[in-house]
Amino acid sequence: MNKWTRRAFIGAGTITGGGFLLGVAGFTLAPGRHTLVSADAGEHGQLTTWITVTPDNLITILIPHCEMGQGTPTALAMMAAEEMNADWRLVRVQEAPALDEYANGYIIRTLSGDYVPAVMARGVDYGAFKIAQWFGFQVTGGSTAVRSTGEYGMRVAGAAAKEMLLTAAAQQFGVSMAECTAKSGRVLHAASGRSASFGELARAAAALPVPTSPALKNPDTFTLRRTAVPRLDIPSKVDGSAIYGIDVSVPGMLYAAVDFAPVQGGRVVHVDTKPAEAMRGVKKVLVLEEAVVVVADSFWRARKALAALTPEFHDGGNAGVSSETIFAAFDAALGAPPQMPATAATVVTADYKVPFLAHAGMEPISCTARVDGSHCDVWTGVQDPLNARSTAAKALGFENEQVTVHNQLLGGGFGRRLPFNFDYVDLGVRIAKAMSPTPVKMIWTRENDTQHDYYRPAGMSRHAGALDANGVPLAASSFYAGGGNGEAVFMPYAIPEKDADAKDAAHPIRLGQWRSVLNSQHGFFKESFIDEMAHAAGKDPFEFRRTMLNQQPRFKAALEKAAAMSGWGTPLPAGEGRGIAICESFGTIVAEVAHVSVSVAGRLKVLHMYAAVDCGDVVNLDTATAQVEGGIIFALSAALLGEITIKDGRVVERNFRDHQMIRIVDAPLVSVEFIRSNALLGGLGEPAVPPAAAALTNAIYAAAGVRVRELPVKKTPLVKQA
Amino acid sequence: MAITLTVNGTEHLLDVEPDMPLLWALRETLGLTGTKFGCGIAACGACTVHLDGRPVRTCTLPISAAVGKRVTTIEGLAQHGTLHAVQQVWVDAQVPQCGYCQSGIIMAVAGLLAQTPNPTDDEIDASLTNICRCGTFARVRKAIHQAAAPRTEGAAS
Ligand code: FES
Ligand code: FES
Repeated sequence: MNKWTRRAFIGAGTITGGGFLLGVAGFTLAPGRHTLVSADAGEHGQLTTWITVTPDNLITILIPHCEMGQGTPTALAMMAAEEMNADWRLVRVQEAPALDEYANGYIIRTLSGDYVPAVMARGVDYGAFKIAQWFGFQVTGGSTAVRSTGEYGMRVAGAAAKEMLLTAAAQQFGVSMAECTAKSGRVLHAASGRSASFGELARAAAALPVPTSPALKNPDTFTLRRTAVPRLDIPSKVDGSAIYGIDVSVPGMLYAAVDFAPVQGGRVVHVDTKPAEAMRGVKKVLVLEEAVVVVADSFWRARKALAALTPEFHDGGNAGVSSETIFAAFDAALGAPPQMPATAATVVTADYKVPFLAHAGMEPISCTARVDGSHCDVWTGVQDPLNARSTAAKALGFENEQVTVHNQLLGGGFGRRLPFNFDYVDLGVRIAKAMSPTPVKMIWTRENDTQHDYYRPAGMSRHAGALDANGVPLAASSFYAGGGNGEAVFMPYAIPEKDADAKDAAHPIRLGQWRSVLNSQHGFFKESFIDEMAHAAGKDPFEFRRTMLNQQPRFKAALEKAAAMSGWGTPLPAGEGRGIAICESFGTIVAEVAHVSVSVAGRLKVLHMYAAVDCGDVVNLDTATAQVEGGIIFALSAALLGEITIKDGRVVERNFRDHQMIRIVDAPLVSVEFIRSNALLGGLGEPAVPPAAAALTNAIYAAAGVRVRELPVKKTPLVKQA
Repeated sequence: MAITLTVNGTEHLLDVEPDMPLLWALRETLGLTGTKFGCGIAACGACTVHLDGRPVRTCTLPISAAVGKRVTTIEGLAQHGTLHAVQQVWVDAQVPQCGYCQSGIIMAVAGLLAQTPNPTDDEIDASLTNICRCGTFARVRKAIHQAAAPRTEGAAS
């Protein structure tokens, strides 16, 4: 995918001047954003164009989201191209520049709920756009790209473009528009046999007004969507040519290595900088509030020099904090388990715990910046370039307009590179300012990255459930500490009494969003507990759930499909077992079955994971499948091995030797099937994560009779105690 | 001290310390950024290149150990504009997600197939210890078998 540059921006403007640009305002429902791009829009930075058609028939689609491995730009381009009836082979994508005009307000609309009365739609979209612009959001996160930008932006833009091309063709042929059809990048007039390519029509079409409410295609007539179109970014990812943030090269740049105060909230007290200053390649040692930084002519030299220093750090008063103290506080906050009805024949109780988790994207954090007089350029990979820009501006005391963010490919985001987690942009520009006007690339080591993350919150829950004499649930309630929300704690089951209440226990560990956010904790909690209730009732865990889903047909269909895929109920050899779990997050329902084996010695192997996914409808079948496959592996890695431990106020884990990730030897087969329910499009980047841990531990129970109530699984011996 | 290094068939004269890891010489001195930094302790495989055709992790390999040997990076894997068989199946099977780990995985797999043209799953598990945080493992395995398949077809029929 091409990256947007100022030069390309003006280049596009030149094409506009030539009259060959077909502009469609992306925020079609937003008043005042319908104007076609003027000839000199490029110079004024007022580009609102999402789709460009050039005389060579190429269609370029601007994407206000980053590529972090999910194929989002490809999927969004497919949504626009489908509506246009474009020839997919001629479609190109380009990331939108980090300018306010490209704030993706749709994220807010999607997150604020799907019911927007038709008459209100304009106002809501406009309002959401305004809010997004206000806060500077250009977010790729919350699994929203396809369901918001795609549904409300790309489809409408594509449909409008098609209507303009049809109108232009009708005028040219001297016929009515209704007699013309668009197909594979051409407009045809069947009666006369005349036709013209989109490229031939672009100039005339661009002069037409942009339709305000173009007709969208009936989903039953889609020909491009639901197919497995190859991703546009893949070729550059097999030959080493893809440029990630850490790969950026700016002429004359230096490199910075960083040593942070190890304790959360700590500060540098003192450091003798001389040993480093004498070393080869070292240009400067910076003593900042939170870190010591060596700037040198190579990253390796900077690191080597940093290792020669012995800085003293203050502990910020947090040296007494540890995982034990945090969980003890959770335990105390939770108190007695929820009250169960007096009529209960059986009461089940259980506690569950999950640890802090790091994102550990394969690409360590980096930020390259140049502060030159009153302007700053930043090259980095972020999930929100607009917020990164305002972070940089704030750190420098600049206006937003004085900062240009050149967003790069991300070697994994998983939530680490979301807005308000831009400590690395803040630090990177401060280092560049100290070295101004020389550009500096700051690279974090894996140790920096592991120990200075915004962690997935640790959490603990305390559940109680009641069954009547027939094993029918009367109540299932929980208290939880460490975070939760309505979506995360939602249980779809028809149980007369369901409650989940937060109990607070504050701690100083820095927290953030981790793939699927709070659903990753609560998916494990609630789907483990319902499994325990099933076993207490003496019922099959799948049937137990299914009988409680009659009011939730989408859940029921997904559960049944996953069970069928896995051969649920068919006999397995001794030591093998299946576990099932189901969660909804980001508008998508995912049911998963894990098939595992546990040896007599307690050795676990995850053999196969099955996922049935209802995200309404899929856009790109192959990238959708890849997201589910990847989400399951990501979740399994965390469930089996993932853990950030706090001791003496600091993170214990450092690198991939003591912070383990699963590798191919541990990776199960993954089978994925989609259910087309035609419900509102759901997200796909995250929803495969929440059910995986519980499916796994439920399967371990089926295989070995050991109930795992604490993650990661490696902490529990899997040999049944006599 | 100048060091002579042969990378992708071209000889380079580098003014770097002999203990500088090959990774940083490739990335920073020669600008070959396709070879990635992931951990710096030989634990993830992102930095894998070929030394005389054998995969090595360059983040802990001093440049002096590469003197007099042929270094092949991901940029040099394609020959005369034709993708290496592993690169081609990687496109066909749509393996990469974020792609950051893939240079290293492709180099490791190309090295594996050069030694073991038709590896079993156990051989794959034993030799491929790279980390991929996006979880592309199932596709990696499938693609390895796909890359191996053309070679075995003749033998099988
Ligand atoms: S960077 Fe060399 S093995 Fe991880
Ligand atoms: S594809 Fe992203 S880490 Fe492997």
